[in-house]
Amino acid sequence: MSPERRAAILLTLLGAALVALPWLAGSYVLSVATLILFFAYTGQAWNVMMGFAGQLSLGHSLYVGLGAYAAAGLFFHYGIGPWAGVWLAIAACVAAGAVIGFLAFRFGISGVYFALLTIAFAEFTRIGFDHIQWLGGPGGLFIKVEQREAWDLLDLRGTPRMFYYVMLALTTGAFALCAWLLRSRAGYYWQAIRENEEAAQALGINTFRWKMLAVVISAAMTAVSGVFFAFYYNNLFPEQIFHISRSIEIILGPIIGGLGTLFGPILGAAVLTILADGITELMALAGLEIPGVKQVFYGLCLLVVVMFLPHGIWPTIARRLGLTRR
Amino acid sequence: MTPDLIANVVIAGLLTGLVYGLMALGLSVIFGVVRVVNFAHGEMMTIAMYAAVILFAALGFDPLLAVVPVAAAFFGFGYALQSALINPFITRPEHSQFMLLVAVALIMVNALLMIFGPDARSVQVDYQLESYAIGPILIDKARLLAAGMAVATSAALFAFFRLSLVGKAIRACADNHLGAQVVGLNVKRLYALTFGVGSACVAVAGCMMILLVDVTPVLGPAYTLLAFVIVIVGGLGSMPGALLGGVLIGVSEALAGLLIVPSAKSMFSFALLILVLLFRPQGLLGKRT
Amino acid sequence: MNNNGSNPLSSSRRRVVQAAGAAVALSTLGFPAIVRAQATRLKVGVLLPRSGFQGFIGQSCQKGADLAPSVIKEMLGVDVELMNADTETNIDVARTRAERLIQEGANVLVGPFDSGAAAAIAQVAEQRGVPFVINIAAAPQITEQGYKYVFRNFQTAIDIVRNGLVLIGDLFQATNTVPRTAVYMHVNDTFGQAMTKGIGALLPRQTQLPFKVVDTISYDPAAKDLTVEVSKAKASNADFLLLVCRLQDSIILRREMVKQRWNPMGVISPGSPGMYEEQFFKTLGKLSEYCVSNVPWYDPNAPLTKVVEKAFLKQNPKDKLVFHGLNVGFTFEAILIAADAFRRAKSTDPKVLAEAIRQTDIKSKMTLGAPIKFNAKGQVEGIGSACVQNLNLLPAVVLPAGAATAKPVFPMPGYKA
Repeated sequence: MSPERRAAILLTLLGAALVALPWLAGSYVLSVATLILFFAYTGQAWNVMMGFAGQLSLGHSLYVGLGAYAAAGLFFHYGIGPWAGVWLAIAACVAAGAVIGFLAFRFGISGVYFALLTIAFAEFTRIGFDHIQWLGGPGGLFIKVEQREAWDLLDLRGTPRMFYYVMLALTTGAFALCAWLLRSRAGYYWQAIRENEEAAQALGINTFRWKMLAVVISAAMTAVSGVFFAFYYNNLFPEQIFHISRSIEIILGPIIGGLGTLFGPILGAAVLTILADGITELMALAGLEIPGVKQVFYGLCLLVVVMFLPHGIWPTIARRLGLTRR
Repeated sequence: MTPDLIANVVIAGLLTGLVYGLMALGLSVIFGVVRVVNFAHGEMMTIAMYAAVILFAALGFDPLLAVVPVAAAFFGFGYALQSALINPFITRPEHSQFMLLVAVALIMVNALLMIFGPDARSVQVDYQLESYAIGPILIDKARLLAAGMAVATSAALFAFFRLSLVGKAIRACADNHLGAQVVGLNVKRLYALTFGVGSACVAVAGCMMILLVDVTPVLGPAYTLLAFVIVIVGGLGSMPGALLGGVLIGVSEALAGLLIVPSAKSMFSFALLILVLLFRPQGLLGKRT
Repeated sequence: MNNNGSNPLSSSRRRVVQAAGAAVALSTLGFPAIVRAQATRLKVGVLLPRSGFQGFIGQSCQKGADLAPSVIKEMLGVDVELMNADTETNIDVARTRAERLIQEGANVLVGPFDSGAAAAIAQVAEQRGVPFVINIAAAPQITEQGYKYVFRNFQTAIDIVRNGLVLIGDLFQATNTVPRTAVYMHVNDTFGQAMTKGIGALLPRQTQLPFKVVDTISYDPAAKDLTVEVSKAKASNADFLLLVCRLQDSIILRREMVKQRWNPMGVISPGSPGMYEEQFFKTLGKLSEYCVSNVPWYDPNAPLTKVVEKAFLKQNPKDKLVFHGLNVGFTFEAILIAADAFRRAKSTDPKVLAEAIRQTDIKSKMTLGAPIKFNAKGQVEGIGSACVQNLNLLPAVVLPAGAATAKPVFPMPGYKA
């Protein structure tokens, strides 16, 4: 059986399992699964910028926050639903991404400096939003929670099951989009830029344009996850949503799972969330209640993966499952 | 907004800035030479602060005295960390380095939490709350001492890098990695040495910082960020640059707090960082590579 | 070349892996709790931040939870089983932990100290129809959502401010002082902002208060250096400092005040944590004296308080209840409310429990104020505050006179007019 056929079968099985999950699992697992999908989707969006185009963004929480506040603000003040609000969210994030990208690439900032630039923008925005009273300031923006029984897709008010399926649809869409992007002209140019930017320029590729495209697509995708976040949690605090720890949470999945791959972010998000929960359960079973033990374990796992599996978990597994030509 | 108020605030900002500069000095040395993005920098300083607390509680060491053993210990620790963990990562892509040190930082923070608990610890030296009065100006004694130590340490470091053979060798590595190897310098050992020296600086900064700030396990990340901002603003690999960057940040934050809303004063450092990255990425005193 | 697809061993291995994966997945899915209704025990899910940024507060609240089962057994003859979960000061974790507790059979949820976590858990509770009794969370919006399963036995920020301001007036009357100006400093976070809004709305209406706020200074909760802020406050020449703070910054502020030689008439908090907490005393020693906090508190003279204090000392022999007053008091009462409802409802069915909680009327309670009765929004009205002053390195209730254990001291010694 060819690797592609194998991949298609496994993917279909996985898809079917995910669709059937709400009927098989309790609501606790559902909430964890929704969280995994959220990080899988956002990680995938970040992956476009980093894994595809090689630009390390450590301030991605900026886009999540902007997207969330844009849609939530419209809903809170004007009653405009998320399907309209998402466009403002995307516009805001595209603008922010474009500004950052322009400033960085025009002035030749790359690598660690680019990363620090993204952190600076995220922190700047976090403190800034703490002072915007119209959006709730540090007290937070609370969207009125209604309609908990029926599915109101128009206003994204509904059961956890509905949110799960929305997130599943988004993640599937992102997966498809990224698959398509990788095979398109953009994908090839990005690979060239990632491997050796100077050589790519020498070949006549307009690296500025393609890097900007990566940044903008990544920002736009992340905006949507921000909108989801706003309507799922129904409250936003600048301290939490723009925080650097959120940015780090977002990038853990793709890096552990496998940068630049399609399935890496999804696998990474799943492994990390299950690992975190698993450790909590283990601690509870062992009767250990020392705060901090869990995080130490978590850090050790990260360390091991980074040291011994630099390309992430997925490439190794893919090879074992016979999904790659080698 | 009297001149007294402004003067007091600016002087306090200046002194605080010097201590920030001391903290950033270690990072400048490490980043400037080894080019490793040490995202565990703040956590290392936190550990140094805890060391000072323990030495004070157990042996009654004033932090000014504790500097010596803590710096020595950190030199060894930095040397070991570089040789064992970080050396293999120098050729790896940046995000790998970053992840490695994030993992290390995470382990450090939570190990501290496990050992010391979440409560804040401090040293209670007698002069901690004293201040000198020069006319209407009040100068915080502890801050003055810490700033003095910062200047002294920078001077010592400067002398080391300018005048000693080892220091010159390290600078050679930083300037031209390949050339240094060609000339026969043991680059790996020099890198480890540099990391050790940088870590010793961080240790001194920690001992000084505990005079001003109470230590909690989660203190690290904010200071890591601040150190990076200062190093970039001041200029990579430039020691006076680190001090200058620190002073600039200290004073500008103080003035921003005075003239605008104090809760927004950190926005200033980030705005400064963005501006410097755009218009003078090598920093104020850095060399254009 | 070896074509993997034709190797029978690898394809069967793959199937085994898949089957194993499916088995693992199914076993972790968990099936919803079947045993319900007529049970002899009430399972209370306790959600508190025991690690992370608010770890020390969560641990303090946990002491109130830990002593509850034995005290409640004696008082009401009801068996309470605690299911403890750590929210890790993270709303994602709060949400999933709440789901987990419900799945494991918690009949009622209690917690979580933080407003963000409270909002997240409230949604889960409402969604799953499991009653949720909030011990401490001040954001007013939580009980404005029209929830049927969420109850709060704590003051909202507006109530805290109102009671706090009234107590300030009482303090001035009791000490015969008339300060004319105050400088208002507040931490710029969720709580600080809610308090500031409350003060902005209520202070102008409290015409019996003799003072005006001459300057407002907001500061970053994460700031380690508050030199500028204190310089500004000192330069305002106000009579006293009105302060909304948290523990860490309150310590930094007090120290900075000494360094800058600023001795106002006093430091008064209209209702924030910090100055009555144990760390404040341990770190500042004598400097902690005379600071005033007007906060919801327990009644030192109430009979229930004495019972709880005995149980507290048994479990924490080296500790003092007075350092954990607020945290222990309200956490204990939250579980008490749940147990009392269980006793009346005689069932662990969540709907029945929720109804029973709605009918709560507890007159013998530990905290100050009116009996515990929920209004239509699930909020208890009339919870009282006390004026707590730091005297002899302990927080002491100085007002209202009925609950006082000491007399208030204002202005602070060291104040020069």
